[in-house]
Amino acid sequence: MDMIKKFKFPIIIAMVFIALAIWLPDTARRSSIVTMDYLKEMILIMPPVFILMGLMEIWIPKDKIQKWLGSGSGIKGAAIAFALGTLPTGPLYVAFPMAGSLLRKGARISNIVFFLGSWAALKIPQLMVEIKFLGIAFTSLRFVLTLAALSLMGMLMEFLLRLRPDKAWLENIDAGQQPPNKVKN
Amino acid sequence: MTTIITIYGLLALCLGASLAKSRKKTKQAFLIAGKALLKTAPSLLTVLGIVGLTLGILTPETISRLIGSEAGFTATIIAAVIGAITLIPSLVAFPLAGSLLRSGATVMTISAFITTLVMVGVVTAPMEMKALGRKFTLLRNGLSFVAALVIAGIMGVLL
Repeated sequence: MDMIKKFKFPIIIAMVFIALAIWLPDTARRSSIVTMDYLKEMILIMPPVFILMGLMEIWIPKDKIQKWLGSGSGIKGAAIAFALGTLPTGPLYVAFPMAGSLLRKGARISNIVFFLGSWAALKIPQLMVEIKFLGIAFTSLRFVLTLAALSLMGMLMEFLLRLRPDKAWLENIDAGQQPPNKVKN
Repeated sequence: MTTIITIYGLLALCLGASLAKSRKKTKQAFLIAGKALLKTAPSLLTVLGIVGLTLGILTPETISRLIGSEAGFTATIIAAVIGAITLIPSLVAFPLAGSLLRSGATVMTISAFITTLVMVGVVTAPMEMKALGRKFTLLRNGLSFVAALVIAGIMGVLL
């Protein structure tokens, strides 16, 4: 029963696929091809991403993250978050486990928003493709506006999440993830 | 391809350093990784399925028809919604956006599409919630959507 509950959504989606295969076989075929493509990509990408996250949990001390990206890190922290995000390292879902790890170790929320935002929207290789197809004016204006939007969003989200913290998420960390500073040598 | 090379290169580097320093801690890192991966597995499968369904239904041709045929504000909203729910690699998305722009879509519509495409991830939300919490995910995606519309409006006026 527990397993069914855990896999509730994948089961629903599998049923949608079956329904499509009966009524719209063409769409079902296209969808399965896309899903298989992304499955291959994820099988290749996700294990190393999670191992990197595990290494980060174990080796990078909490106080370092707090110092670099925490509440006292100021402009420098935002710059580090931004720089981490612009590195060419793949789709946004790769960044979620990393961002979660940074947040647990005391990075401030606005810096996490900055990190995810620059990873998603301001990555250097992606900007090159954008310039090629949409022009330098379009790309640079979108870059500046996105940067401004991310700064405002970061501050707003930090304010809102401090006002009303996500209790369910916080409890889940305490129960599931082992605190890295308790690991003995 | 470059993604895979970068990630595996980084992994080899970090894993080597970690093993050199302590085998025991490296093993612990693997345990943490395995546990987290197992916990994320259901949402990973969900994301995979939804990505397939959205891209199977919203093919590039369908997207061009939807964005290209409408004009003005409606087109911009449709473009923002399509960008928010699809997960298209940038190598496919930017050429598509470029051709739409040349075939008559407005700058406002295209910038709404691009901005929500990169910033808002409805299909990856289950994974984001696992890693960063429900509230964070809803706020980040909601605010990004609003920001995308504002950015699109400004770009439409300026360009």
